[in-house]
Amino acid sequence: MAGGRRRPYRGGMIELEGLTKRYGDVLAVDQLTFTVRPGVVTGFLGPNGAGKSTTMRMMLGLDHPTSGSVRIDGRHYRQLRDPLRTVGALLDAKAVHGGRSAYHHLLCLAQSNGIPRSRVGEVLDLVGLAPVARKRTKGFSMGMGQRLGIAAALLGEPRIVMFDEPVNGLDPEGIHWIRTLMKNLAGQGRTVFVSSHLMSEMALTADHLVVIGQGRLLADTGMADFIRENSRSTVRMVSPEYERLREVLHGAGIDAAPDGRGGLEVTGEDAAHLGELAARHRLTLHELSPRQASLEEAFMRLTATAVEYHAHQDRPAADASAGGGWGAGWDARGSRGSQERKEPRR
Amino acid sequence: MTTPGTTAVPGMTGMTAQVLRSEWTKIKSVRSTVWTLGVAVVVTVGVGALISGLSAREYKNLSVESKIKFDPTFTSFAGMGLGQLALIVFGVLVVSNEYSTGMIRTSLAAVPQRGLFLFSKITVATALAFAVGMATSFAAFFTGQAMLGEHSVALGDPGVPRAVVGGGLYMTLITVFSMGVATMLRSPLLALGILMPFFFLVSAILGNVPATKKVGQYLPDQAGQKVMQVVTAGNDAPYGPWAGLGIMVLWVLAALAGAYAVLLRRDA
Repeated sequence: MAGGRRRPYRGGMIELEGLTKRYGDVLAVDQLTFTVRPGVVTGFLGPNGAGKSTTMRMMLGLDHPTSGSVRIDGRHYRQLRDPLRTVGALLDAKAVHGGRSAYHHLLCLAQSNGIPRSRVGEVLDLVGLAPVARKRTKGFSMGMGQRLGIAAALLGEPRIVMFDEPVNGLDPEGIHWIRTLMKNLAGQGRTVFVSSHLMSEMALTADHLVVIGQGRLLADTGMADFIRENSRSTVRMVSPEYERLREVLHGAGIDAAPDGRGGLEVTGEDAAHLGELAARHRLTLHELSPRQASLEEAFMRLTATAVEYHAHQDRPAADASAGGGWGAGWDARGSRGSQERKEPRR
Repeated sequence: MTTPGTTAVPGMTGMTAQVLRSEWTKIKSVRSTVWTLGVAVVVTVGVGALISGLSAREYKNLSVESKIKFDPTFTSFAGMGLGQLALIVFGVLVVSNEYSTGMIRTSLAAVPQRGLFLFSKITVATALAFAVGMATSFAAFFTGQAMLGEHSVALGDPGVPRAVVGGGLYMTLITVFSMGVATMLRSPLLALGILMPFFFLVSAILGNVPATKKVGQYLPDQAGQKVMQVVTAGNDAPYGPWAGLGIMVLWVLAALAGAYAVLLRRDA
């Protein structure tokens, strides 16, 4: 990795099966089932408090699941010998002893997993911390701390890397550096699993997307699919002559769907073109409004659904088993989201 | 699916050696190790020498009974009550620093076998405390005897070797006990806030006030210190010096068992 070395990577699958974590009455992680695959960057997206960090801690055997399991190439994390050679993780960049130098921090991690001492120097070079290697980490900036955490994650040349909110607190240069690094790691055939609460960040780095809200799986989909599904522009048309408008649009070969609020929603047509069409047929329009759904909005709607869904606990939990949390969520929401509805991949 | 053949998978022995090496690096790469152990040596030897010197001067003024009870060996260990506080700080910091800094998550991700992790950490710190404790005990004895002059005893006198070796073991055990308690409590402030006043004040009071003496003499430090006494006149404890140290060992084992149980069960 450091010197562009390439090794064939076999395995690298992370499989979550009904993973659940309960703190008292609070379900932090609720029946999560998904698979993280090698060779791509998988974004793990959810609002703050959605259960991302808890999930990642359970993946590393730090927190005990209430039920369900995580398997790494079929084995529990605790069954791995020298786990840093299989999984490298950056959970919390501040989780180092401030009185220890960067070099010794990495050295004690390397020794615990039988990683040669020379590798410490390599990763320090890779993340650009070699000049401050002997300094105590207490004086490190946020960005330096983050780089040290990444150095620790890469120490064992693992075939799986996990980063929890790696761009937090970084300057633009640092953010760019991490994005490039993650893409390179995935390009080498490694499994890259990275969490964020920012859709925009994920759109730039992730190839695959796992979205959770309130601990539940909301989407498990390719990034390209997600963008295609969610970034299309629509035009809302409202006319007192609803039926005639439908006929006119149909006659022009334009697909229009009722939006459930007395209007029609047209996808993939220019608003100007639609206005002219209506004028030619002497149709009165009360509304002609183009709408561009951003990815951020799509994400907000997705997670808001989870919140709303949770607020209606009286609805029997016919969700997870019967076709997925977020399909059910959209039904609860009414037809507004009909364009985006998508069954989660199982 | 199999793991790529990066290395031969080490056996338990190999893993233990790796983790011990790692914990040794950890312990020697922070300054608190040097200054806590340094303070323990200086205070134990220094206070012991001071009290020994004063005792030598005051000896002629002592009553006959006090002269009979006078224990030159134990007098040279007079600094241990204070010096052990530095060892408690050492033991607590070795463990609690993992928690207060969040390093514990990094450590347990590297060594998910929690028993192995705890065992290695405690073994390394114990070995260090043993080396320092023994050196301190011998140094305190020889310095103290030098200060006592004509009232001193020799290392070869009956009971003295046991007392001096016992002093080193006592210092080691107090450190291990602190590590066990710190693992259960996690917070360094909480652990120090309980251990320091307990060993400096509470235990001594419980062990000397007649009403509580029966119970107090079974506390870890009260029982353990008996091994350092050579003159047993006026000592009415229902156990001998080695049995006293044995009682302390039981306390230490209980603390370690608690630490292990809590670490296994807890989320990191």
